[in-house]
Amino acid sequence: MSFPWAKQYQPGNPVMKWVDERLPFPRLVYNAVGAGYPVPRNLNYFWNFGVLAGAALAIQIITGIVLAMHYAANGAIAFDSVEHIMRDVNAGWLLRYAHANGASMFFIVVYLHIFRGLYYGSYKAPREMIWLLGVTIFLLMMATAFMGYVLPWGQMSFWGAQVITGFFSAIPGIGETIRVWLLGGYAPDDAALNRFFSLHYLLPFVIAGVIILHIWALHIPGSNNPTGVEVKGEQDTVPFHPYYTAKDGFGLGVFLLVFAVLLFFFPNFLGHPDNYIPANPLSTPAHIVPEWYFWPFYAILRAFTVDFILPAKLWGVLAMFGSILLLFFLPWLDNSPVRSNNYRPKARIAFWILVLDVLILGYCGGSPADPVYVILSQICGAYYFAHFLIILPMISRSERPAPLPNSITEAVLAKRGGTSPAHTALTPAQPSAVQS
Amino acid sequence: MVRFIALIVGIAFAGVLALALFGTVTGLISEPPAVTAEHEFHEHPKELALASNGPFGKFDNRQVQRGLQVYKEVCAGCHSLRLVAFRDLKEIGYNDAQVKAFAGSYDNIPSINPDTGEVATRKGVASDRFPSPFANDVAARAANNNALPPDLSLMAKARHDGAAYVYSLLTGYQNQPAALLKHFPDSKTPEGLYYNPYFANLNIAMPAPITTDGQVTYLDGTKATVDQMAKDVSAFLVWTAEPKLQARHGAGIATVLFLLIFTFLAYGAYQNVWRNVKH
Repeated sequence: MSFPWAKQYQPGNPVMKWVDERLPFPRLVYNAVGAGYPVPRNLNYFWNFGVLAGAALAIQIITGIVLAMHYAANGAIAFDSVEHIMRDVNAGWLLRYAHANGASMFFIVVYLHIFRGLYYGSYKAPREMIWLLGVTIFLLMMATAFMGYVLPWGQMSFWGAQVITGFFSAIPGIGETIRVWLLGGYAPDDAALNRFFSLHYLLPFVIAGVIILHIWALHIPGSNNPTGVEVKGEQDTVPFHPYYTAKDGFGLGVFLLVFAVLLFFFPNFLGHPDNYIPANPLSTPAHIVPEWYFWPFYAILRAFTVDFILPAKLWGVLAMFGSILLLFFLPWLDNSPVRSNNYRPKARIAFWILVLDVLILGYCGGSPADPVYVILSQICGAYYFAHFLIILPMISRSERPAPLPNSITEAVLAKRGGTSPAHTALTPAQPSAVQS
Repeated sequence: MVRFIALIVGIAFAGVLALALFGTVTGLISEPPAVTAEHEFHEHPKELALASNGPFGKFDNRQVQRGLQVYKEVCAGCHSLRLVAFRDLKEIGYNDAQVKAFAGSYDNIPSINPDTGEVATRKGVASDRFPSPFANDVAARAANNNALPPDLSLMAKARHDGAAYVYSLLTGYQNQPAALLKHFPDSKTPEGLYYNPYFANLNIAMPAPITTDGQVTYLDGTKATVDQMAKDVSAFLVWTAEPKLQARHGAGIATVLFLLIFTFLAYGAYQNVWRNVKH
């Protein structure tokens, strides 16, 4: 698709030839994730996480569809239907724990995928559209995960729904009306539970659709790489298959190992005990905390404790949504022509401070609202906004980047030794060597 | 233009956070948060070693059966176990006849008289769940000084530290420490509540349920000390909360072994495919 030297699909099997002539679907797959997609040869393990995110979504959809066959979205029986799955449905405990921990695994790999994009400047021209679609997927994931967490109808489900929909009541004037409209009532109840279930079933397929656009947009410029230097020629790339399918196979194995250990041995480690107490509108939990993947944003929400022109709650809600929405503008905020932070001494320092900052925010978001955590959240929240909106745009003007390699191949050979590209992926000897 | 607007927005958010920080810090200095009795005297659960702990953990069926006996003779007076069915008891080592007899020992399963349609009760069968000791929550509160005894089915998962918490709570009843009364005279345990440092707010409505050695006469001859009974019922509640624990651990070990082989082979394939390409 993207490079003139990309291999063309040559169906060997007559059946595939017959299909390809009538519906070039095999060709599409070949060009998308087969040998027809040339990929930089120097990708490191951080480039595994896109495929892993796709695998995590597939696991969520498969386990979720089966769970939906046994789950009942009705406030009176939702909690018990989940326990019915855990106790009486064949392998129901496996399905439910896989789905609950699969959500966490999905967020872990997506956060690492975003980390990769931020560090190596994958959001920059000409890949802005991939980034915009990625942030859209992230927002859809957050909505889906939130609504999924409400479905077991435990205490955290109920009170989480109460708190999150309460954000909308911060909108001046019409906020309360919007909140009631969203919930279908004055408090979370059957109407809310049913619509959350309906949307929780719908949104993963929307995510799948946006992922197709995300990959489509990726195939126009091709993948970024750790040097951030564009592909200059055939020697810079290898075909996706078998090179990166093999590497992704290994990555998938490691991912599934981590997933299996979490699922089979610590299935409730990332959950909250209160969600094993049935929802009770008359009893508020001591600490309402969302799932771990929302903690940094929850910390930002709670950091705004002062009424300044606007009420503190509205500031918190605006900041929380703003902290994600600002990512949409990142390609235009950071206009350094150098992508990879490997060659950006100042931006790299700011980036690692940001990583630490988000980790501290996450820790604060999961802790009770004691003053010490509020103070930490306020400092780290301020840095978060300053990083993206002030520091990064300034650095991108003043920074003197380190010299870039002339090409991917040069960078690889400088690192691995050797001066001439004697062994590139596509030297004629190579395909037979692969088959042997 | 984008960068200019971003600068304004960034200064706004960071500025308001700086204001908020100033407010929080000055508030903290002018009015340091009051130390509470809960903060000073609440204790973390004691260690509890159960056979079901750890990745290779299995239920000790004899202990779980003793725990069932404690539940039935002590806890069941007030606490329901509504998610557990009599037939589930086969998983902890009882045979069909024993389960049938156990279920039949209950004659208070809510039912409807088949002739008159009136509310009635009947004898239990294996497919029934443990009946609640009270007809409804109002009755439960009325009989318990307006406190609702929680259902115990999921108790070992519905509290931090699960079984260790249950064990600590059951063995944690004591007189209120003199130091607490001295420093927090307002925190004297109210009438009708009981001091227990393992309970979140230190004062629990449940009187100590297991008080004397030999309160239960174990069928298997184990000496029924207070500590032993508390441990046994905690082990039982781990089972009621997570009856598939053993199957999960077994499947987990098989899965991890399979994936280790898969990952090892996948790594080999990866190295083989890439062996001639510097990267």
